[in-house]
Amino acid sequence: MSALLDKRLVVVTGKGGVGKTTVAAALGLLAARSGRRTVVCEVAQQERVAGLFGVHDVGHRELELAPGLFSVSVQPERAMHEWLRHQLKSGALAGLLGHSRLFGYLTAAAPGVTELVTMGKVWDLAQAKRRTGGSTFDTVIMDAPATGHALALLRAPRTYANIARVGPIARQAASIDGFLRDRSATGVLSVALPEEMPVNETVDLERRLGEDLGLEIDQVVANAVLPARFSSGEAKRLRKLDGRGTGKAAQAAVAAALVEHQRARSQQEELERLRAEVRAPVTTLPYLFEPEPQRRELELLSDRLEETL
Amino acid sequence: MIEDWLERKQVCICAGSGGVGKTTASAAIALGMAARGKTVAVLTIDPARRLANALGLRELGNEERRVDAGVDGELWAMMLDAKRTFDELIEWHAPDERTRDAVLSNRIYQELSNALAGSQEYMAMEKLYELSQEGRYDLLVLDTPPTRNALDFLDAPRKLSEFIDSRSLHLLMAPGRFGLKVLGRGTDVALSVMKRATGIDLLQDLGEFFRSFGGMTEGFRERAGRVNELLGQRSTAFVLVTSPRRDAVDEGIYFHRRLKDSGLPFAGVIANRVQIGGGPAKRRELEDLLGAELGAKVYDSYDGTRRLAERDQANLTLLRRRLGRTPLIEVPHLPDDVHDLDGLRRMDKFLFD
Repeated sequence: MSALLDKRLVVVTGKGGVGKTTVAAALGLLAARSGRRTVVCEVAQQERVAGLFGVHDVGHRELELAPGLFSVSVQPERAMHEWLRHQLKSGALAGLLGHSRLFGYLTAAAPGVTELVTMGKVWDLAQAKRRTGGSTFDTVIMDAPATGHALALLRAPRTYANIARVGPIARQAASIDGFLRDRSATGVLSVALPEEMPVNETVDLERRLGEDLGLEIDQVVANAVLPARFSSGEAKRLRKLDGRGTGKAAQAAVAAALVEHQRARSQQEELERLRAEVRAPVTTLPYLFEPEPQRRELELLSDRLEETL
Repeated sequence: MIEDWLERKQVCICAGSGGVGKTTASAAIALGMAARGKTVAVLTIDPARRLANALGLRELGNEERRVDAGVDGELWAMMLDAKRTFDELIEWHAPDERTRDAVLSNRIYQELSNALAGSQEYMAMEKLYELSQEGRYDLLVLDTPPTRNALDFLDAPRKLSEFIDSRSLHLLMAPGRFGLKVLGRGTDVALSVMKRATGIDLLQDLGEFFRSFGGMTEGFRERAGRVNELLGQRSTAFVLVTSPRRDAVDEGIYFHRRLKDSGLPFAGVIANRVQIGGGPAKRRELEDLLGAELGAKVYDSYDGTRRLAERDQANLTLLRRRLGRTPLIEVPHLPDDVHDLDGLRRMDKFLFD
């Protein structure tokens, strides 16, 4: 894991609902604790990381959540303005263009422009010398969208480099693309649940990352793994009771325990399949019985990541 | 219950954020309606492998296939290929072969149609429209593509036709100043600034790209208009699929409000994978029953289950309050993952009874 955190950018992706944001935040906490100035970067209008730390004021500017840990939610319009200002070397001209209807039509309608400027901002955050002149970070953790959309984001710079061929957009897009595909600079962490579909999606992601972008997954995190609480002997004993509990609640408790046991077992099977089918190393995080994860749970998860990565 | 929602409906659009079980719910709805005698097609984008296998989808391209589900009606399914749908659309709109080939072979078209986000959303709506025009099915069920924002797909037809139709770009490429005036004063200044920002070559390439669309833009705009009309028709029903987790519920509330504001026909909400709890158990009772060690473990396990069930119910209470009279169906978290026809059948009674 330390190798993963030595990269300037770690892209966290996976199927929807697997806990990408939680894992990204826990990873950010770990990076910050190890002395790296870290920013967790959210995209696609998502602003959830700060909330996990009890902070309810997020946006395009960087916000300190914990010592050495910042968060930012990339707003494409702002990112576009920053890019224009850099490109034109003038805030006034950037403002003029940004407010022109012509430019507005063009960028709102053209597919992939949002993705391109978003990746441009993420890339800028990860640079040792930032073109926006902002403070620098050792590690950028990108809380990326679900697999398909994340691939589209990662591909956008190359698409635009190809479209533009020459000129400033081609140059910019090519350097972003080069950075994303430099394995010493950029890492990919895929979050999965030990369930059928998220495992399939992770396997698929690894294949598509390789085929489309020549990238690899550096680390898979299987999230929300249930404890192996009951031995099969114990499960057998519980099954034998077959409803013969003393009271209704006791019966419900036994039934719930058996369901948990069954889920835990099917999770173990999926986990084995995940390990067999992906090349990347797989580590696990425990299921949290806490209704909504908070700072304390994040600390716990980052401890676990520290032990296993 | 779903049957009431879909009475006299021809289109059912299942929307929701990623990971809530949208594909599964769409397939279960389609299977259930087929089992009740309807001829149903379910359109999906990229379902997980085993569900796809169960539906006979893996070997499919862009055509519907009959699923052997042993039902009274017919169940058809297709997995959408966004790039192919895009190409077919161009073929359909192109006035002649030359225009068609010019677009299909254009470098920018190839990059954009292949790679970029947003085209899937549009193509899903496009295919839906095409199939609804053919009229071969009693009901079409669309599993909307996974977008972080569950509503992105609603804007897709408009955005795409605006892009292809970008008058600004046509004017940009047109010689003379007349066009630029239409866009308002300052546009020619903006244009010269833009050349500095993007480079002149890109603008020229874009110009060629848009010219290659020739007379097709009108057709695209009209079509996008009709796709949008389909969404608002009374024979269409939007179904929101959500998990009982807080973030999904929050997004569901937003989604519901936006659909209502847009006057789109909202049928109801499916809360999927709801944790079922139960009354409090006594640790002592379990320890007496099972011995100290096992009794304590069962107690702890049940305690966790109950806490999650309480969380789910609290979130659903919030959701119900915001939904007003919109109906909500709860599907419990089933012990086994749903990924085949049997799993879909297990969901049936929760959706339909």
